[in-house]
Amino acid sequence: MWEKVKSFASEFFVTGDPMIYGADVSIVLVTLAIIVGLSYFKKWGWLWREWLTTVDHKKIGIMYIIASFIMLFRGGVDALLMRAQLAMPNMEFLAADHYNQVFTTHGVIMILFMAMPFMFGLFNVIVPLQIGARDVAYPFLNALSFWLFFSGAMLFNLSFVIGGSPDAGWLAYPPYSGLMHNPGVGQDFYIWGIQISGIGSLMTGINFIVTILKMRAPGMKLMKMPMFPWSVLSSCIAIIFSFPILTATLALLFLDRYAGAHFFTLDGGGNPMMYINLIWMWGHPEVYIIVLPAFGIFSEIVSTFAKKKLFGYKSMVFAMIIISVLSFLVWAHHFFTMGSGADVNAFFALTTMLIAIPTGVKVFNWLFTMFRGKITFETPMLWTIGFIPCFVTGGMTGVLLSVAPADFQFHNSYFLVAHFHHVIIGGVVFGYFAGLYYWWPKLFGFKLNERIGKWAFWLWNIGFYLCFMPQYVLGLMGMTRRVYTYGWDKGWWEMNLVSTIGAGFMGIAFLFQIWQIIYSVKHLKKDETGDPWNGRTLEWSIPSPAPLYNFATLPQVSDQDEWWEEKQRRANGQQVPAKPVLEPIHMPKNSGIPIVMSMCWFLAGFGFVFHWQWLTIPGLIGVVACMLVHSFNYNNDYYIPVDEITRTESELRKVTS
Amino acid sequence: MAQHETAHEESHGSLKTYSIGFLCSIVLTIIPIAIVLGGWFDGMVSKVVLMGAAALQFIVQLIFFMHLREEQKPRYNLMALILGIVILLIIVVGSMWIMLYNMVAV
Amino acid sequence: MAQRNVNHAGQVSPAELHSEDHGHPDMEEMRKFGFWIYLMTDIIIFGTLFATYIVLKGNTNGGPGPADLFQIGGIIVSTFILLISSYTSGLAVLAMHKGNRQALMRWLGVTALLGAAFIAMEVNEFIHLVGEGATLSTSAFLSAFYTLVGTHGLHVLVGLVWMIAIIIQLGKHGITPVTKRKVHIISLFWHFLDVVWIFVFTIVYLMGVS
Repeated sequence: MWEKVKSFASEFFVTGDPMIYGADVSIVLVTLAIIVGLSYFKKWGWLWREWLTTVDHKKIGIMYIIASFIMLFRGGVDALLMRAQLAMPNMEFLAADHYNQVFTTHGVIMILFMAMPFMFGLFNVIVPLQIGARDVAYPFLNALSFWLFFSGAMLFNLSFVIGGSPDAGWLAYPPYSGLMHNPGVGQDFYIWGIQISGIGSLMTGINFIVTILKMRAPGMKLMKMPMFPWSVLSSCIAIIFSFPILTATLALLFLDRYAGAHFFTLDGGGNPMMYINLIWMWGHPEVYIIVLPAFGIFSEIVSTFAKKKLFGYKSMVFAMIIISVLSFLVWAHHFFTMGSGADVNAFFALTTMLIAIPTGVKVFNWLFTMFRGKITFETPMLWTIGFIPCFVTGGMTGVLLSVAPADFQFHNSYFLVAHFHHVIIGGVVFGYFAGLYYWWPKLFGFKLNERIGKWAFWLWNIGFYLCFMPQYVLGLMGMTRRVYTYGWDKGWWEMNLVSTIGAGFMGIAFLFQIWQIIYSVKHLKKDETGDPWNGRTLEWSIPSPAPLYNFATLPQVSDQDEWWEEKQRRANGQQVPAKPVLEPIHMPKNSGIPIVMSMCWFLAGFGFVFHWQWLTIPGLIGVVACMLVHSFNYNNDYYIPVDEITRTESELRKVTS
Repeated sequence: MAQHETAHEESHGSLKTYSIGFLCSIVLTIIPIAIVLGGWFDGMVSKVVLMGAAALQFIVQLIFFMHLREEQKPRYNLMALILGIVILLIIVVGSMWIMLYNMVAV
Repeated sequence: MAQRNVNHAGQVSPAELHSEDHGHPDMEEMRKFGFWIYLMTDIIIFGTLFATYIVLKGNTNGGPGPADLFQIGGIIVSTFILLISSYTSGLAVLAMHKGNRQALMRWLGVTALLGAAFIAMEVNEFIHLVGEGATLSTSAFLSAFYTLVGTHGLHVLVGLVWMIAIIIQLGKHGITPVTKRKVHIISLFWHFLDVVWIFVFTIVYLMGVS
């Protein structure tokens, strides 16, 4: 009996690596600390009522952002481990198989469990406020999306200590991700972690499309909508058409592994290239999905800090929509070398070059918005200005890669690695940081410390260029991606060392950001105005943090930068139209179903990973039961009475006036 | 939000339109079956006619059963559908082109 | 920001009240629209499976091909069953607009029964095929076939459970704006599954045997 338990445990838990034992201990300690802390301060009820069951878009957004920061930490540690291993030739810091796991989890976590939730967090917090809505279209579904993401991320991260991490790269190309070459459970963790959170992403996409199209404040025509909701709309269009491809493709891969199907296997007539074809149909739109909202953020910030209307509003809208549709026509440039023939490669090379044009249009729009503006350089604007040269160079190397014959040289070299980090860090990460700094006061009611923020900004930028510029050179010198070590004879060590030093700078920069948050909380200076940046859009017209119902009365919109124009009208002494009397506000009730249902998905996923039917079946039954319970529940909303709104508003206004 | 009935009750077809749609679908199902079982056409022609019949039936269902024509402006449902079909065609035709007709190796 | 207090207890003109009213989106309409968008995502899922089927259908790995396996007679019957059920779900919606709850529940019941018959025939077909030695792991063609047809069948099954849940809710609550929306959505889903089946029928079965 004891022997049995021992042999089970030695396979079930990952053993043999001191780093992982350390992780085990710290996970147990942190979990214990959380449980003890919550019990000691008697906060369980509070946590359940205020956060775990909430359907309030602002709280869901905050939870997304916290989760994404934790994931940024994990993904960043992975990155530093890799850079440490590559710092010098013949390093013996990470073994080859461990290195494979680290680059796999780094990629998956950074794209799917860091960038996506960070983006969804900003969607949630800001979009309803900017379009003058009281919530998203489907608050229940919104909570469900978050908890599905959370379960998926937990399942994926669990593979670190239980069963073993996936090691077939962030897109898990078969045949290496197939059962024949990868019999462990790592790839199954990969599939189910992404699958569960992917369902959540898909629902968020639907939710925000409907929210933006149907819930704008009266008078806000689509062409008067701020740019961030436009970018969210175009990103969500790409989400709803690309995530189903991911879901289907991973399901097929899972059938190969679980049920002996032959989609992507080497035997039985399967075709591994079909997987690569399908996964990039999702994978390419995915990178535009995460970068489009960043473009929206930059547009908001540029016009706020240059105190000018955004230059070329219509061309910006047009460019974003074009990008989101065109992103579906470029996928084959990820496998020019697979041998599809000249006409396929020529077509996809052309579409790839074409998609650079609308992106270029945007860069000019931002530059012209800044032109002759009275620019002030607070941290959100700094990140925006840091973004432009970074993204332009990153984009240029992308155009180089799009030349199909040249790509045969660049393919899977460090040149490629440098390129996509350039656009994703320079575009996405800088963009979300800019957005977080910009909207932080709206979220929490106080600004982040500028001085530490500037330190973080400069450290990030210096670290970034130190880390990735040498990698272009390394790529041209012949260093291929995913090698775990190299010899002295290659002549790569100087560049690699510089690159590692740069990565260290970025790690320190992240610590500065954490310190910045802690410092700003400790030396809290409450923002009394609700409008600390002299903003232009509706979210700045209400107190911060926004009350539960956002707008006591829905605003009547007549201009593109409605809040800015409103302030001008007031300054000019124009009479402010009287607001309508308060009415009871219809709100959705909190619900525990999303978190319970996501936990059921988690259990089902875990059962699938280990082929434990006794866990899978109850898990799936739980999912169906949750759906039915929700369907049969007709009591899921309530009204906030007028006197409560009046009370809340007068308290908030007392602070603001 | 307040429960207010929309003044103009949207139309949902009538027994007549549903029956017309149903008859059309029956006919459009029988034709391809006859083509295949009777072996009327072969090769490419057969494929084109079969896909044409399926596409027609799709349109019949959209109009008579899903009432796509009666949507109020702005016609987001129609726009979403058109975009969906475009992407669908990109996926299917693109995969066929890349995987079946262009392999240098095969 | 001091001005903000000024307008707080102001008077209201009827025009503004009216525009305020426009700010309330019609919740039930909005949910139907969201479901339509969901259907678009489902189109893409099926599109991916169709693409996979078309690319892999030649790879029979020395096993049986479409022409050897499919028995078109049974498939034609199940096609007509699904077509008729699409019509009866339309009749249910018509009955709902006449306010006839009994007829509505009856037509939904008929639709669900037809759906169950369809699933029974599909299960029967799969059992027959497996009996012939054509399983999911026989060849890439069969993997793609079972996955495409099975995914459609799974959708029908989900629709079935859902339809029964809605019939029960109609019995409990009668025809309300909420149940109305639910009937609309399920019938939309049902028509959609019919459309998908038309393409499965054409591309997998008819083109398979011709």
